[in-house]
Amino acid sequence: MTVVLNLCSNIGATILGLLSSIGAITAFAGQSVAHIFKGPFFIKNLFRQFIDIGYYSLPVVGMTALFTGMVLALQSYTGFTRFNAEGAVAGVVVLSITRELAPVLAGLMVAGRVGASIAAEIGTMRVTEQIDALTTLSVNPYKYLIVPRLVAGTLMLPILVLIGDLIGVYGGYIVSIHMLNFSVGGYISQTLNTLQAIDVISGLIKAAVFGFLVTLMGCYHGFNSGRGAQGVGAATTNAVVSSSIMILIFNYVLTQVFFS
Amino acid sequence: MTSSKTHVQTPKIEMTNVHKSFGTKDVLRGVDLTVQPGESMVIIGGSGTGKSVTLKCVLGLIKPDSGTIKIDGTDTTTIDRKDHDTLMGKFGMLFQGGALFDSLPVWENVAFGLIHGHKMSKEEARAVAIEKIKAVGMGERVADLYPAELSGGMQKRISLARAIATNPDIIFFDEPTTGLDPIMADVINDLIVKCVKDLGATGLTITHDMASARKIADKVAMIHEGQIIWVGDIKDLDNSGNEYVDQFIHGRADGPIKKHSDLAA
Ligand SMILES: Nc1ncnc2c1ncn2[C@@H]1O[C@H](COP(=O)(O)OP(=O)(O)OP(=O)(O)O)[C@@H](O)[C@H]1O
Ligand SMILES: [Mg+2]
Repeated sequence: MTVVLNLCSNIGATILGLLSSIGAITAFAGQSVAHIFKGPFFIKNLFRQFIDIGYYSLPVVGMTALFTGMVLALQSYTGFTRFNAEGAVAGVVVLSITRELAPVLAGLMVAGRVGASIAAEIGTMRVTEQIDALTTLSVNPYKYLIVPRLVAGTLMLPILVLIGDLIGVYGGYIVSIHMLNFSVGGYISQTLNTLQAIDVISGLIKAAVFGFLVTLMGCYHGFNSGRGAQGVGAATTNAVVSSSIMILIFNYVLTQVFFS
Repeated sequence: MTSSKTHVQTPKIEMTNVHKSFGTKDVLRGVDLTVQPGESMVIIGGSGTGKSVTLKCVLGLIKPDSGTIKIDGTDTTTIDRKDHDTLMGKFGMLFQGGALFDSLPVWENVAFGLIHGHKMSKEEARAVAIEKIKAVGMGERVADLYPAELSGGMQKRISLARAIATNPDIIFFDEPTTGLDPIMADVINDLIVKCVKDLGATGLTITHDMASARKIADKVAMIHEGQIIWVGDIKDLDNSGNEYVDQFIHGRADGPIKKHSDLAA
């Protein structure tokens, strides 16, 4: 009996905790976004984040897209031969990549790479009182630390995903042409015939949302980091886990919005 | 070094009945503290008694649970974010842990308030920064190093240079001489005296170093268990008649202050 009660109270406490953190995150997001539109702007910090979040994520996003495109061609080919539907390979590759896999996988990779490093960096600044020091030097930490990261994440992820789209489709193309003996002209025309603007655009909008979420979670958990190395460690884990889960949830919601 | 101002004036800092607890731990239990303009106040007290928290409450970095804090007569516990940013322009703060920005070179740390708060050009700010770096006893060549490349004592001094770089009206020093050799500690004492006396700033210093306290203080306040239990002129420190103060300044293990008073709460 007490076990059941304990379990219930644990579940209740978890749900209450979740609701209150959703509230806190929403408030944090609102405050951060309000600071995006009011100066002073820290352009140098923004450019540093463009490089950190955008440029340095290129290799990992590119590799992910390349191998995903390749395996997609292989899998759909071996699967579709059972239905004599090999002709659909090009279409399946391009739609899966642009609509789903490039944004979601890029989002998850960036969550691991960028979300973690943002949480660790800002968390360390919190723990070592650097954020307090910013305030005493009349610089608003939201404008100096949070805004550049949010803006860079939201703008850079669509660019990364667009590049990922190209690389992923190219990965499928290489496998199809060189291993599965598709004809070059046929594969390309099938790809282009299947693809519509909305497929790419929806993927890029998803990417922007994911970029915002990843940087938001990194900033939020870092900014509210507990004390000491342990606090920063927990902040980093929470940032990666929560942004990954939010990417998956928002991916479903956005897909529903775009395609139903 | 006593304050000779006798006419009635608005205090620079006026804390009234300030309370702050973290969870179940009551750290500040009704702090009352008044600092007059141009005065150098030193706060002494055991480790973990809430000295750093007191400074952070005045700066608005920690929101007190109750009580009022006035700076130049205006209550700062209720002002909005924008006014708070402006108010911070009056302050310089040396954090106990240094709190240098590790992503910026030393000179940019020192020049940070000048560049961002005072909108000074980078060249001009760098020149002022180097002058301040020299004032804390270091050479120009550290200017382009990063904080992580400096020793603990050097970081502390750079942090001090950053706190005074903008010639603030009110300067807080949280343990400025901790971790410094005795000679450098005295250089820093002189520098603090110079900032407060020559530049007419108001100073609030936390220290465990009684030699430093005697050198820089006009007045001393002793904090114990979250309250100010004694305030007086530095010349009265040795005959305060307060057994807590006596035990503290002589560093005796036996007395009214329990060995583990920081864990009492
Ligand atoms: N952000 C915080 N969250 C929780 N507890 C805190 C926080 N800041 C301070 N405390 C607690 O408040 C108490 C007083 O801390 P404070 O840093 O003011 O001590 P102090 O008097 O400056 O000591 P020291 O001389 O060692 O620096 C400590 O017990 C500390 O654990
Ligand atoms: Mg302290």
